[in-house]
Amino acid sequence: SSIPTKERTLLNKRVPVLGVFSLVQNTSLADGGPMPNSPSSLVNQYRLEEEEEQPGADAKDFFITVDNPESHVTAIETFIMYRVVTKTTRSEFDSSEYEVRRRYQDFLWLRGRLEESHPTLIVHPLPEKFVMKGMVERFNDGFIETRRKALHRFLNKISEHPVLSYSQHFKVFLTAQELTSHRKQGPGFLSRMGETVRAVANSVRGLRSRPEEFSVMQEYVDHFSTKICSVDKVTQRIIKEQREYLDELRQYGPTYTQWAELEEDLAEPLKGVADCVERCSQETEEQIQQLSEVLVPALHEYVLCAETLKAVMRRRDNIQAEFEAKNEALASRKADQDAEEVDGLAERVEVANTTLKEDWSRWQKAMRTDLRSALISTTEKNVDYYEKVSLAMVCSQ
Amino acid sequence: MLMTLMKAESSHYSYSVRNSKLILGKNSEFLVLQCFSNFLMKPCLCGIKMVEEGCTLLRRMEICVAEAEKRSGKNAVNMQETFTVYLIETRPMDALNEGRNPAPDSLWRRYSEFELLRNYLIVTYPYIVVPPLPEKRAEFVWHKLSADNMDPDFVERRRVGLENFLLRVASHPVLSNDKILYHFLTEVLAIIFPCFCLFSIRRFMEMKHYSDELQSHTSQLLRARARVADRLYGVYKVHGNYGRVFSEWSAIEKEMGDGLQSAGHHMDAYAASIDDILEEEEHYADQLKEYLFYAEALRAVCRKHELTQFELEMASQDLISKKQQREELATGIVRTFSFKGMTNKLFGQEAPEQREARLKLLEELIAEGEDTVKEKTVECEEHVERAWVDMQRFKEQKDKDLREALINYAVMQISMCKKGIQVWGNAKECFLKM
Repeated sequence: SSIPTKERTLLNKRVPVLGVFSLVQNTSLADGGPMPNSPSSLVNQYRLEEEEEQPGADAKDFFITVDNPESHVTAIETFIMYRVVTKTTRSEFDSSEYEVRRRYQDFLWLRGRLEESHPTLIVHPLPEKFVMKGMVERFNDGFIETRRKALHRFLNKISEHPVLSYSQHFKVFLTAQELTSHRKQGPGFLSRMGETVRAVANSVRGLRSRPEEFSVMQEYVDHFSTKICSVDKVTQRIIKEQREYLDELRQYGPTYTQWAELEEDLAEPLKGVADCVERCSQETEEQIQQLSEVLVPALHEYVLCAETLKAVMRRRDNIQAEFEAKNEALASRKADQDAEEVDGLAERVEVANTTLKEDWSRWQKAMRTDLRSALISTTEKNVDYYEKVSLAMVCSQ
Repeated sequence: MLMTLMKAESSHYSYSVRNSKLILGKNSEFLVLQCFSNFLMKPCLCGIKMVEEGCTLLRRMEICVAEAEKRSGKNAVNMQETFTVYLIETRPMDALNEGRNPAPDSLWRRYSEFELLRNYLIVTYPYIVVPPLPEKRAEFVWHKLSADNMDPDFVERRRVGLENFLLRVASHPVLSNDKILYHFLTEVLAIIFPCFCLFSIRRFMEMKHYSDELQSHTSQLLRARARVADRLYGVYKVHGNYGRVFSEWSAIEKEMGDGLQSAGHHMDAYAASIDDILEEEEHYADQLKEYLFYAEALRAVCRKHELTQFELEMASQDLISKKQQREELATGIVRTFSFKGMTNKLFGQEAPEQREARLKLLEELIAEGEDTVKEKTVECEEHVERAWVDMQRFKEQKDKDLREALINYAVMQISMCKKGIQVWGNAKECFLKM
């Protein structure tokens, strides 16, 4: 099925005019790739001022929750179904409320289609299929909860995206009771294979010259990827050390209590210290919880984002490479190269670059907001920790 | 250097001087002690008490262990070794009270000499809970602290510990009057102390039980504390990695760059702060260690009590058996099995003159035995009384000292929390500005 052409401007009292880009998929093309109709179908520039207010709750037109994980057992397999509840004010939706059940594979499908339709937009990553490191059981409660939260975030991120939120696939995902029939349609596995093969071929040929701004972007992405991975690793290490500290604390406190049993006048101060150590243990546990439930997921999300960014850059490069190859062929009059096709590809490059640029700045802002918020939350927790422990100590005096 | 060949005898030992070494000869176990500075040989005056009881040495004299230095020399088996010596400085209190500031008298002593002094005190005052010395080797080490006796931090803490020991002894109502102690502090004199083996014990149960428990609890506490310190060190130091990574990350960011960079600096500061925090905690650990070692001293007093108790029992039993023998001889009735009884049955009774002689001997032995029992009873009672007094004193001192130590520990923790609040508050500010 094709994504219908849309031209639209979204008017909102608080938010300046946003233009929405669209890409048209024309199945008549031999290679099955997406192709814009003509330059005039491209809508006005996509503006996003740096100083604009963050679209607040009142500007949101989607309220999506992912909850209620339930185990489903069939003859072949066992899997988890999540409940997805959508409340929306958008006119494309027939109703204002929907409730459906989705499994992880459904989310994977959605994301795949979104990436396919918008190869140079930054589509928020999904939580990983399975965690290798911890050898976590697939149906372990903690794992399910972490995944649920990430899926929730994923849908909300898509719903906030000025282009992706208008995707037909997104709508289907949120509304259709039965998703399996929709999943079977459209460019399937083979088409994706073809894309991959082309990509490899293009990368072998190499790019003529990447525009300066994208080289800068690539460099940033590479560095960012390393750095965010490091921050993630350091945080995990801190959690590990904190856990070991907590273990020792739990053995330390009782040595005071046991001694207090032996003493008379000294019993009171000894018990006092024991209580403080106990308090310290409780607070440390909370600290670990904050790190695990707030900071680590946020960092991890952006580790995955970094991989997404790399893929987006690769796809952009491929689009450019494909154009360059065909352009060369035309210039050297080697094969019977269609000039119109080359024009089409040129436009495709144009579109790809522009969408990426806009989405890039949007992504950067979101990244800053998200990570800043997670880091601030961590510092606040730490201050809180020390305040509580210090209070306990003062009382014991 | 004055070299005098001296030979003197005392009830405990004899000694002579050869080649600047003092060597003990004959009966008890002996120790060779080497002098490191000029010395004057004087006969050893042991056990002579000064007249003023109850007025402690510390009131008449200011004492401190001012410095520590490394030395090398040859030891008892003629091998080269390196060791640390400590400078003991004393000044008369009345001079200070008058406002004068005389130069202190001083002498150098090494750890083993302190040990000798302490052993002497234990032997001479068995009913006194003698203050312990700081540890000989670094125990309860957590990984950062060196276990090396030459480590400057360890030497410094030991200096403090030795000074503490001297102050405790010099302020003790009984120990401070000891002449040997006075010589130890003021005169450059080689002092020889015999070593006794102490027997293992049986009674004075309550105190012994307490001393065992005290030892067990304090050592468990110290071990657990060291492990906690080790882990806490790990937590703080890992945050230092944030410093590095944030700094690197800030290089590629525009809007976030400054915030990340400054936050990184705060993380570095946080990681560095743990060194001082844990060093301070070591002083708390030292205070606990002192009482760990005090437990041993307490046990020694219990042992002595048991020993005297045992001797008393032996003497009593001996007396009883002798009285029984006299009764048998006098009445001819054999109550208990004895070799004499058997031979009498087999070979007939002995002649009356022999019996007479034996009775007479027995009477003498019984009289002696009664004296011994009286003696031992008095000894026992005195020991119990004096030990009890000192134990009360010890208990009060312990409660006061440890209460103070625990409060100081809480204060340390509060200070650590304040630092933490500051660092993380600053980091938050950095992130807010991003």
